Amino acid sequence: MPGPMRDHVRFLLGDELREIRDVDPTMTVLDWLRTVERRVGTKEGCAEGDCGACTVVVGRLDGGRLRHEAVNACIRFLPTLDGCQLLTVEHLKAEDGRLHPVQQALVDRHGSQCGFCTPGFVMSLFALYQNEERPTPERIDDALAGNLCRCTGYAPIAAAAERMYELGAPADDRFSVRRNEVARRLAALADEATVAVGRDGRRFFAPASADALAALCLEHPDACIVAGATDVGLWVTKHQRVLPTVIYTGRVRDLRTIVDTGEALSIGAAVTYADAAAPLARLYPDVGELVRRIGAEQVRNMGTVGGNIANGSPIGDGPPALIAAGARLVLRRGDERRTLPLEDFFIAYGRQDRRPGEFVERIIVPKPNPADRFRAYKISKRFDQDISAVCGAFRLRVENGRVADVRLAYGGMAGTPKRASEAEKALLGQPWTEASVHAAMAALARDFTPLTDWRASAGYRQRVAANLLMKLYVETTEPSAETRLVGDRSLAHA
Amino acid sequence: MLELTPAESLRQAERIEGAVHHDRRHDSAHKHVSGEAVYIDDMPEPAGLLHVYLGLASKAHARIRAMDLTAVQAAPGVVRVFTAADIPGHNDVGCDGRGDEPMFATNLVEFAGQPIFAVAATTRDEARRAAGLAVVDYEELPAVLDIAGARHKGELVVTPMRLARGDAATAIAAAPRRITGRMSIGGQEHFYLEGQIALAIPGEDGEVTVYSSTQHPSEVQHVVAHVLDLPSGAVTVEVRRMGGGFGGKETQANFFAAVAALVARKTGRAAKLRPDRDDDMRITGKRHDFEVEYDIGFDDEGRIAGVDFTFAARCGYAADLSGPVTDRALFHGDNCYFYPAVHMRSEPLKTNTVSNTAFRGFGGPQGVVAAERMIEEIAFALGKDPLEIRRLNFYGTADRNVTPYHQTVTDNVIHDLVARLASDSDYHARRAEIRAWNARRRWQRRGLALTPVKFGISFTKTEANQAGALVHIYKDGSIHLNHGGTEMGQGLYTKVAQVVAEEFKVDLSRVHITATTTGKVPNTSPTAASSGADLNGMAARAAARTIKERLVAFAAEHWRVAPEAVRFLRNRVAIGGQEIPFPELVRAAYTARVSLSSTGFYKTPKIHWDRAAGRGHPFYYFAYGAAASEVVVDLLTGEYRVERTDILHDCGRSLNPAIDRGQIEGAFVQGMGWLTTEELWWDAEGRLRTHAPSTYKIPACSDRPRIFDVRLYDTPNREETIYRSKAVGEPPFMLGVSVLHALSDAVASVADYRLCPRLDPPATPEKVLAAIEDLRDRAGRGSAAS
Repeated sequence: MPGPMRDHVRFLLGDELREIRDVDPTMTVLDWLRTVERRVGTKEGCAEGDCGACTVVVGRLDGGRLRHEAVNACIRFLPTLDGCQLLTVEHLKAEDGRLHPVQQALVDRHGSQCGFCTPGFVMSLFALYQNEERPTPERIDDALAGNLCRCTGYAPIAAAAERMYELGAPADDRFSVRRNEVARRLAALADEATVAVGRDGRRFFAPASADALAALCLEHPDACIVAGATDVGLWVTKHQRVLPTVIYTGRVRDLRTIVDTGEALSIGAAVTYADAAAPLARLYPDVGELVRRIGAEQVRNMGTVGGNIANGSPIGDGPPALIAAGARLVLRRGDERRTLPLEDFFIAYGRQDRRPGEFVERIIVPKPNPADRFRAYKISKRFDQDISAVCGAFRLRVENGRVADVRLAYGGMAGTPKRASEAEKALLGQPWTEASVHAAMAALARDFTPLTDWRASAGYRQRVAANLLMKLYVETTEPSAETRLVGDRSLAHA
Repeated sequence: MLELTPAESLRQAERIEGAVHHDRRHDSAHKHVSGEAVYIDDMPEPAGLLHVYLGLASKAHARIRAMDLTAVQAAPGVVRVFTAADIPGHNDVGCDGRGDEPMFATNLVEFAGQPIFAVAATTRDEARRAAGLAVVDYEELPAVLDIAGARHKGELVVTPMRLARGDAATAIAAAPRRITGRMSIGGQEHFYLEGQIALAIPGEDGEVTVYSSTQHPSEVQHVVAHVLDLPSGAVTVEVRRMGGGFGGKETQANFFAAVAALVARKTGRAAKLRPDRDDDMRITGKRHDFEVEYDIGFDDEGRIAGVDFTFAARCGYAADLSGPVTDRALFHGDNCYFYPAVHMRSEPLKTNTVSNTAFRGFGGPQGVVAAERMIEEIAFALGKDPLEIRRLNFYGTADRNVTPYHQTVTDNVIHDLVARLASDSDYHARRAEIRAWNARRRWQRRGLALTPVKFGISFTKTEANQAGALVHIYKDGSIHLNHGGTEMGQGLYTKVAQVVAEEFKVDLSRVHITATTTGKVPNTSPTAASSGADLNGMAARAAARTIKERLVAFAAEHWRVAPEAVRFLRNRVAIGGQEIPFPELVRAAYTARVSLSSTGFYKTPKIHWDRAAGRGHPFYYFAYGAAASEVVVDLLTGEYRVERTDILHDCGRSLNPAIDRGQIEGAFVQGMGWLTTEELWWDAEGRLRTHAPSTYKIPACSDRPRIFDVRLYDTPNREETIYRSKAVGEPPFMLGVSVLHALSDAVASVADYRLCPRLDPPATPEKVLAAIEDLRDRAGRGSAAS
């Protein structure tokens, strides 16, 4: 049994406590704001989490502290706000009509033209302002990567991100001043009950523990398990899919932990990319850089490492990196658990090794051997907020000039994330030389028959996948070579 | 700090808040940032509002054998389904009454995504779900999807244009050197952040009011009237602001407004139509993609002798604005360069794809891109710096100054402007440094390019160069301003309000800006062709001047002074020896029964154009600019970054430098996006597969140049434009061309700059890598042969 149930969702809209009973399980936060509440400051630009016009800030408790996160209201389901605080653009202006420093900075720097993307930018900047004291220009670009503007060319908006700190210190901000009070109120909302709401026979469950989740999954083997909804959200907004039963993992506390077991990191399946980024980067700096380019801030604040695996997408960026690192997956069904190498989870396009009632519980990421070199490369039309045409992640160990161990994993090259076993074979035991790399590059043609689509042609995919091996070679053998255009360029020769 | 002279401090004290030529924030900035700016979907919804959704064809070219809408009609929440049979007037939403753009396809489908019916329901979700339930039986027909196929078939949507001066064929043949080539230039999705939307509210006697996100309310009005079989007087169209337009709402709003109006008219209920982003991108036209063929003759110095260009454009299934768009490509096929002999022709080709439309630059950018490719070809052929070839061929100031359309360029500032930019950006030294840097690099290469732009200002359709305004002054001295221009973010409302405030010498806060509506100013032109401030600023000034003249005459008579003794000072008026506040004068004038309301009208002087002859003076003046961009390219992947861009752009005497700078920066980035990552991709069935931001990649924040230096070339317009300013909406779009050429320069390094990379836009990383490999192949073949 999943344990005690609560028949309503409760969250703070600003300071106001909202308790909602009768709710469509997949109503988006955006639709709720615009059509039910008629709070129309938050805009719909794309309804797929790619333009940021709908950005709102969600306050949630993280280890007892209140954390503000920018998220896409267009693909977040309303009941997932349980236990959170929702802040929208309307909350920022003070009661006396004074603009918030974030807003005033945009006005001062001429950061709005048509104004339609502006509320989203305001909220992304607001989250940055709440969370960081002195962001670098690169950090500002990252914080704004999920917000598209078609008018300004971004320079005045980035300038506003610097200006806002001149207009007032974040610590003095009225939202900062009330941080503890809001945290207390949110703490009072947290409980062990499973949230169970719905409408018209459709159900939404948000369990608070892994045991409750396991019980729910057994009880509802056909349920759609939703974590960040950065993929499932689009099933609803783009394809109008009706999901009869939704089980949300975001409240499951034991699935949101990252545990250092000594030889590995055990990452709970509901850990967001935002939370996983730093711990992963400490082990594999290039995974940190790759995660920086998964979606954008809004997507990483919702999207999870586990969801990126469980949905089986051939173009998710997490799986290739984790496969190259030798990650293993813990699947749970009731009280039974099994562990398998991550690459074995992906059977074919759209098919994963997950049984009815089973769910991804944890991802075990081994710590690297000090002799390992690890690289991850993401190739897309645009650096930020884009989906890979090809993602390549490689782990290499060279001993006495020869390849002692190698794992080459790719996304975008097949119907699943996949290791390049022929190319691995071509390298294993060979001297780590340009000639060996060329042999591996040629072998890739036997590993993959990629598709042509709007992201890239088959020819480009094949060519660039091979060239990434050369890039790996250059980065591990030519310490002075410049090979990175973005991100922390020192990673090239780490 | 510098001490001000008494005259200067007086001038500053007398300067109104919001004076022309000074930075002034956008009039809605404080509302944008607080979420209080109202877009159409934000308006309070009338009781009983119906939400409308569309059924779209799934085939590119097909006959509709049968259409079964029973399930649509029976779906939950559905109130009514509408097909072409329900249209009381004409089934046509095209912009020029050709009748080639049906609102709903009847028996023939001409592109995948073409609307075939609409459904009205009580919620948008219900309407959307219902729209998916139609069963359509198609008989597929052969579809023409691309330019090659269209050229083969040879069907045109409008009469092509031809421009000729001198004997190009002979000049090219006689020239010491000759190059022929071709290039393809991709299209572009507008990606306005606010999608298309219309809200229609029925009135009495068949009247309808439509709130439409449109750059052209008058045309929406006429199209709605045409569809509903109403006189235009029964239709009012209003727009306070758009969430971006960029040309995508010049004609493309017609359809959505007409559908909403039809539903409102037929049901007697308010109706709103807002397509999803994906459907918006499927239904609406885009920037035309082109194939350009060039044949150029030049001498050993790089001086052009003769040019022959063919501009073949994919226009889609209907004409829309393809005539003037392809014309403007030809008008800008010279960019800044003098062609002693020239022949250009357009091929506006019909295809079974969405009907392409206006987009910032309106064909001009494609012309400029072709001209710059020609320069590049000459430079590589001669082993010279492209900038040297550019300068050598610039229009002269005294001679060599006649365009292919026989207009003489009399306001040429490009020599000085480019010289200054080259110096400010340290072009020559950096070019040398980059070459040295590249010589030492195996995996990355840098590139630098400085490209100019000259852009003709005026609608080439001469009748569109007119504007109206309406100014009222109320008894309290507050001013109500209205004009035919629309606000899409470009700051037009702010600029025109500044003009009116300046005229009355009152602070800008006294001028109340109001929504554009066909009920106040009739028969307006689209806010397009960069003309908004030029036309509406002048019309508003005329209206203000009429009232001002009445006030002066009244004051002179009332206070018994000469009219010259009445002077407008900041927020007050000097009448002889006394000064009174502005509102006091207004009040006195009202009491004396002086009219405090006036229309204003303006038409651009000097322009004329004979398309058939290819001769005339289509442009009132030209706007100029130049950009120098530096990129770095990854030779293994084709990825790249823009490291630095320096811009010097001519806005005449800017009405509002802050707003103009915003236009320049935004246009540059949009232009750069067009030429780099923005790739439209149709599948073999003719379905657009890049129909949302997840698949269609406009520049993101980090894509802007790492160093971005934008300056205004601050010199007065030689023509008598509003405060001697220049139009700024479109010209800087073409500054993005510098990025394409910088990429090309970087790619050229792999063959030691001996071969022209012929990098066709959009230069996605894939295209850049392909160009690198192609160049290596060609260089390898070249050295093998030699």
